Amino acid sequence: MTLSIDKIALILGMVLMLVGLWGGFTQKNLLKIILSFSIFNSGLNILIVALGYLPGRTAPILEGDVVTPETLASVAIDPVPQALVLTAIVIGFGITALMLVFALKLNQHKKSLDINQYTDLKW
Amino acid sequence: MKMKNSIALVLIVMFGIFLFHIYERYQTQTALNKTAAYYNSKAPAETGAANVVTSIVVTYRGLDTLGEVTVLFLTAMIVGYILRQRGKAKTPKNTTSEILITAANILIPGSIILGAYVFINGHLTPGGGFQGGAIIGTAIGLMILANPIGNIQKTALHYIESLSGFTYILIGLAGLILAGGFLDNRILPLGNLGELFSAGAIPIIYSLIGLKVGSELSSILASINETTNNTAKS
Repeated sequence: MTLSIDKIALILGMVLMLVGLWGGFTQKNLLKIILSFSIFNSGLNILIVALGYLPGRTAPILEGDVVTPETLASVAIDPVPQALVLTAIVIGFGITALMLVFALKLNQHKKSLDINQYTDLKW
Repeated sequence: MKMKNSIALVLIVMFGIFLFHIYERYQTQTALNKTAAYYNSKAPAETGAANVVTSIVVTYRGLDTLGEVTVLFLTAMIVGYILRQRGKAKTPKNTTSEILITAANILIPGSIILGAYVFINGHLTPGGGFQGGAIIGTAIGLMILANPIGNIQKTALHYIESLSGFTYILIGLAGLILAGGFLDNRILPLGNLGELFSAGAIPIIYSLIGLKVGSELSSILASINETTNNTAKS
């Protein structure tokens, strides 16, 4: 059984998402939870980019005689997932930065990063 | 504790089954879908940009990009607000190793120039404002690592950020008046495909985004650094 490159990327993305989900559910350290979120995010980005793949095609950027405006539609891959992932990466960065700052602030209050120490919102 | 872990396991297995179903039904595409075919056949002629992804991000989906930049701006503002300092604290003297300081002095100018290159050429080569801004952000991060007690002028960063954001919106409004709509890049001549000064307003917009993203990342890093300095002292 041979896997094409897009299926490999798809499997990689899905495994990374599962790893991130597992980390988010089971880890107790706030930093590790944030890291798990980042891993999940990366997996999702890889998955979206993999969906735009077409076999044997190149990046949607004009180059010399190979990729010209006339041939672009027949030799280049789908540019939309790449544009979407660019947005997703930036938003993911923003969320990660915010979570890290909240963790920093919580650590200043209680001198602990263990999620079990923060029981104020527990029911 | 065991109970919680088994609930997590069940949820992950369910999510795994969901993903497996997506994978099972997935088939490699053999032709472009309608949207992609439109972008790939029309984008170079309509926007004059050699990089189709850039023309989607900056022109066709320009409004989304404006929203995205706003989200980053909001993040930088919230970080600055949460980590605000009351009164200046004296920080200990610089204890960074000599090797890091020397290496940083060599690397920082090059990284900033690379970042500027990436965002100015965003319409011709892979890369663009967000990538170039991130490279500049890492250069500033290296600067902070090498000299944690140094004073990053956050006011200057805020001015760069606000000015570039404001100009970005002005260019967008100019598109509304002079060309086809908000953030239309045809307010300037499209020029020859593949040249640096081509694609209308795309290089200008992407440079502004690069400056904005770079200064936002830098101010986030500077805020975090100031806070950790003060906590280390107290």
